[in-house]
This record gives sequence, structure tokens and C-alpha cells, in this order.
Amino acid sequence: MAGFLAWIEARIPMMRTANMHAIQYPAPRNMNFWYVFGFLATIVLVNQIVTGIWLTMNFEPSAERAFASVEYIMREVDYGWLIRYMHSTGATAFFVVVYMHMFRGMIYGSYQKPRELLWIFGMLIYLALMAEAFMGYVLPWGQMSYWGAQVIVSLFSAIPVIGPGLVEWIQGDYVISGATLNRFFALHVIALPLVIVILVFLHIIALHEVGSNNPDGVNVKHPKGSLPDEEKTSYKIHEYYTSKYDIADDVVPFFPHMVLKDMVAFAVFLFAFCYVMFFAPELGGKALEHPNFEIANPLKTPEHIFPVWYFTPYYAILKAVPDKLGGVIAMFSAIAVLFALPWFDRSNVRSWRYRSGLHTGNLIVFAIVFIFLGYLGGTPQEDWKIFASRIATIMYFGFFVLLFLYSKHEKTKPVPKRIPS
Amino acid sequence: MKNWIALILFVPSLAMAAGSTVPLEDPKIDLTDKESLQRGAQTFMNYCLGCHQMQYQRYQRTFTDLDIPEELGMQYLQFTGEKVSDYITTPMPAEDSATWFGAPPPDLTLVARVRGPEWLYTYLKTFYVDESKTFGVNNLVFPNVGMPHVLEPLQGTPRLAYEQRLVDGEMVDRYVGLKSDGNGRLSDEEYDVVLRDLVNFLEYSGEPTRLQSESIGRAALIFIVIFFVFALLLKKEYWRNIKK
Repeated sequence: MAGFLAWIEARIPMMRTANMHAIQYPAPRNMNFWYVFGFLATIVLVNQIVTGIWLTMNFEPSAERAFASVEYIMREVDYGWLIRYMHSTGATAFFVVVYMHMFRGMIYGSYQKPRELLWIFGMLIYLALMAEAFMGYVLPWGQMSYWGAQVIVSLFSAIPVIGPGLVEWIQGDYVISGATLNRFFALHVIALPLVIVILVFLHIIALHEVGSNNPDGVNVKHPKGSLPDEEKTSYKIHEYYTSKYDIADDVVPFFPHMVLKDMVAFAVFLFAFCYVMFFAPELGGKALEHPNFEIANPLKTPEHIFPVWYFTPYYAILKAVPDKLGGVIAMFSAIAVLFALPWFDRSNVRSWRYRSGLHTGNLIVFAIVFIFLGYLGGTPQEDWKIFASRIATIMYFGFFVLLFLYSKHEKTKPVPKRIPS
Repeated sequence: MKNWIALILFVPSLAMAAGSTVPLEDPKIDLTDKESLQRGAQTFMNYCLGCHQMQYQRYQRTFTDLDIPEELGMQYLQFTGEKVSDYITTPMPAEDSATWFGAPPPDLTLVARVRGPEWLYTYLKTFYVDESKTFGVNNLVFPNVGMPHVLEPLQGTPRLAYEQRLVDGEMVDRYVGLKSDGNGRLSDEEYDVVLRDLVNFLEYSGEPTRLQSESIGRAALIFIVIFFVFALLLKKEYWRNIKK
């Protein structure tokens, strides 16, 4: 057996990769529950790919058959309903864990130097995920699939000069039609999953190069020769890391310690996931919207058109601006500013544990504003909501402006050299 | 803060009721009540299937799920198909019905998932005589709906009932509800049961796997709790000597 493994290892670095990226990867020991969402996102990604493959076995991507084939899966394919709900609940779960993962990065300053690219790869995953989810929602060809696509695709028509042509190019037709459905299917099952998997790979490679941040924002990798032996970790850490740095006694190996911690989080997550999936897969019309159980009808506009819950904050920003092009610009800017977050924050202190009360307040207000925007964008329009969504939109962008202004000369607490006990 | 949570929780149900101001009534359906589902299927096949279909659902599946013996089902409930494995479709051509009713009657397989059982129940309960309409009836939940009151032989002719009230020194008509002329085959209470059974059946057809899903779900949740305990114990064991 050992000989066989050595034979393999001489030809492809299986064990070296496993050691470097998992078994002997140094993970800060103070990582708290906020640090489980990356792992959970990976689990959900696998779930989406596996259930997605099985769904494509019976799904028929045509305007005539798409809706009926989904019901065929729900009724006649053995456990087809389970596969479909795993996939639809997975989409919602994906955004829950990704939003938590992103907010973790924000509160502990995980986007700061040297993790700017890591953050940008993460944002690219988020962007690809939004495109993936949007196209996936079109596939069942229900009323919200159709009209949601109508609203989102028509946004591109606001772009001057090329807008109308661009919309036709995206739709592959003069209206949203079977041609649109077919190409969205191709993008949803091949192109975007491939992009997402590659980006996730790059995200993890970038993470392991710079190392994991932690709730204290303290470096666990110190310059070579700066730590006395008794302060170095006694765990076996891969030489890729130890040859370049002194690794402090602040880390545990990713396997088994972090994996076991992730397993506990996985159980909690799975409980919530299964509860929704088995008992409330529609999530009160938020994950599977009620009008989407009616087949797409181009002649009948639904009373209210909402995107699925994870897009509603941006939808509220879009609707807050009275001008169509202005709204589109505001909406895309709301995502673009997140990309630039590492440069809006000019502080050298990462974690909110050692930063000013102003910063903590700014972060909490931002989270509340984001959720509030989601509520505004996901419920029927009322007069007061127009005003509220304008205020909330200004506050959303205000987070970044304020951060840029105060972070340079922010009053911060001294950051310990080592992770405090 | 609590208000926001309440708002977020209740918004979907408010959104469902949009378009009418009639409070929706909960039919208190029960998917485990097989007899209710069987009666609902009977009402559906006799009164609804003439115009509406249930095109994503097969007779056989329905009979199996509802504990209806295939021979009995074929004899008493199957009017439109030829084989027990046929989908439950209507013989009415869609082009004709579009001409007759303004739009083809919607498929009802998933109607409970679109509208919700409360809406369906209240809708079926609130037809009333309105001679200005093509079919002589209107509806409180779905104003100006292009559907005749198919269940009139059961309910009788329902009319809006008013009572005279003295308001600010003037007698005014106040709407107090609907009242059947009593020319139907059923009493008001019996009619409510028929509607409840029918809505129950529509809820079933919207998601025939609901009960199976919940029974697997309970087992899965119990398994996950046990898994959680062992995962936690194992994690604690490994982390025991690591400083906090």
C-alpha cells in the first residue's frame, strides 16, 4: 500500500496538496462561528452541482415543456421533488451563507492588505452567483421566471446607444422567449458553474497564500526568525508556510481541528436547511414565489413583480431612483463599491474589536440598511416606501463614504501582537 | 424591532390577499383526512373538470394517494381519460373556452400553490348574484371574474345581504354578508364542508408529496440532532487542550 501511494505521489502530488491545503494548513485557533460560512458555501456549491446534474436528466429547456417537465420531476421522477427542493432551497441557502461570509469579512477587516485580491475573487464569485441564480430562476418558466427576466433584461435597454441592441442580443429574440430560456439553460448548467468553480479554486488558492484572517485581525505568520522557539506552534505545519514564516503558537491544523468545528456548524446548518426543505420549501413565497406556480404568460402581467429575496436590496435601490438609467447605474454601483471596499477602508487595523465605536456603528447600520432595502424591494410598493428606499439607498452608499472619511485618522485600540487568551 | 419581524413575516400573506378587501377565511384543511380528499376529488371531477384541467397529475397517482381502488375510481371518478394512467385533462377545447369565457379556464393542478387554500375557500364562498355580469354572478374575492357559479345547485343562489342601519340620522344599507336563497341541495354548513374538501383536494394536487416530505423530514431532523451531538463531543475532545 505504501509503495502504491509513493508510486502515485511520484507522479501527481496528492498527499503534498492535501497536506499543504488541509491537513497541515495553519488556521488561527480563535476563529469563531463567523468562520464557518466559507465551508458551508462549499458544501452548498457541491449540493447545487450534484442536484443540478440530476435535474437536467429530466428537465426540458423549451418554452413548451419547461414548466411541465418541472412538474414531471415533482410528481413522477422518484424523489424528484426532493432533488428539486434540495436545489431550490440550496439557492436560498447559498445566498444566506454568502451574505454571512461577506459580512464576516467586513467586520474583521478580512479584505484589508494583503487580502485585497482574495476579496475581489470573492466578489467575482458573488457576481457569478447572482447571474447563475437569476438564470436558474428563469428555467421553471413560471410567471415570476418570465416577468422577473423581463424586468432584469430590460434594465440593459437603459444603456445609451447600444441598449436596445444589447437586450435583443441577450434575449436572442425580440421578446423573452423559448430562445432566451434555452440559452439561459446553457449558461446556467455549463458556463456559469464552470466559472464559479474556477473562481472558488482561485479564491482558496489566494486564501492559502495570504493565510486566514481571524476575529482579532492578528497576524499568525511572523517574519522568519522573529519568534523564539517556545512561541512557535508545536503542530506539524506544512513546510510551504514554515519555510517562509515563523508560525505562532496561535494556530491549529485545519484538519482535524477546523474540520471538526465546521462539522458542528454543518449539523446546525443542515438542521435549518432540512427544516425549510422538508416543511416549508416555498419559505412563505420568498424562496419559491407563489405566482411562479403558474405557467409563464406573456399576456398577463402579475400584480406585483419581485425578484427572489436575495436580489431585493438591489431592486429597492433600482426603484429608488426616479430615472431608469440613473436607477440602473445606482444598482450596479451598489455592487461595484463592494469591489472597492479594500480601498475605501484606509485603516491599518482590521477587526472591529480594535476599531472605533463609529466603525462598529457604521457596520451595524449598514447591515440593517441592507436588510431594510431587501424588505422594501421584496414587498408591494407603497408611497412611504419610495421615500424610505431613497433614504436607505443614500445610507447604503453613505457607509462607504463615511468609512473612507474616518478610517484614515480613526482612533483605534492597540492590536496585540499575539492572539489574546 | 419586533414590529419589523412581524411585518416581514406577515407580508407574504398580505401580498396574497392583494386585489380584494374581503378577509380570507381559513378552511382548516387536513391532508391526512383521506375521506375529505376523496370527497374533494369527487367534487372536482363532477363540477370543475368540465372546464378546468389538472393536466400535470395522473388519475392513477390520485387514486393511489387517496386510497381509492382503481376499479372504483375508473367507474365513478374518471370521465375524461381512457386509461387510468392518463393525465386529468378536460375535454373542452382551449380555443372554444377562450371564446366563451374571455380566457381559457386556468389549470388547477397548482392553483393552491398560487393562491393559497384560504383564498380558494373564500373565493368559492363569495359568489353573489350580479345581473350586470355575463354569467349573472360576481365575486367578492375576485371581482369581475369570468367564471359562472358552478356550485349554485349545491349552495343555492347567493345574494349580498344588507341591513338597514341608522347612521347620523339617516337610514343606510350596510353590507352584512352573503345569504343563499336556500334553493340549493345543501345547507350552509354542508356547503362549507364541500368547499373544505375541495380545497383540501386542490392543496393535495398542488404538492402530492407534502406528507411524504414531512415524514422523511422528521426522520432527517432526528438524525441530524444525533449527528450534532456526536460532532460536538468529538470537536470538544480535540479542542480540549487548546487555549481559549
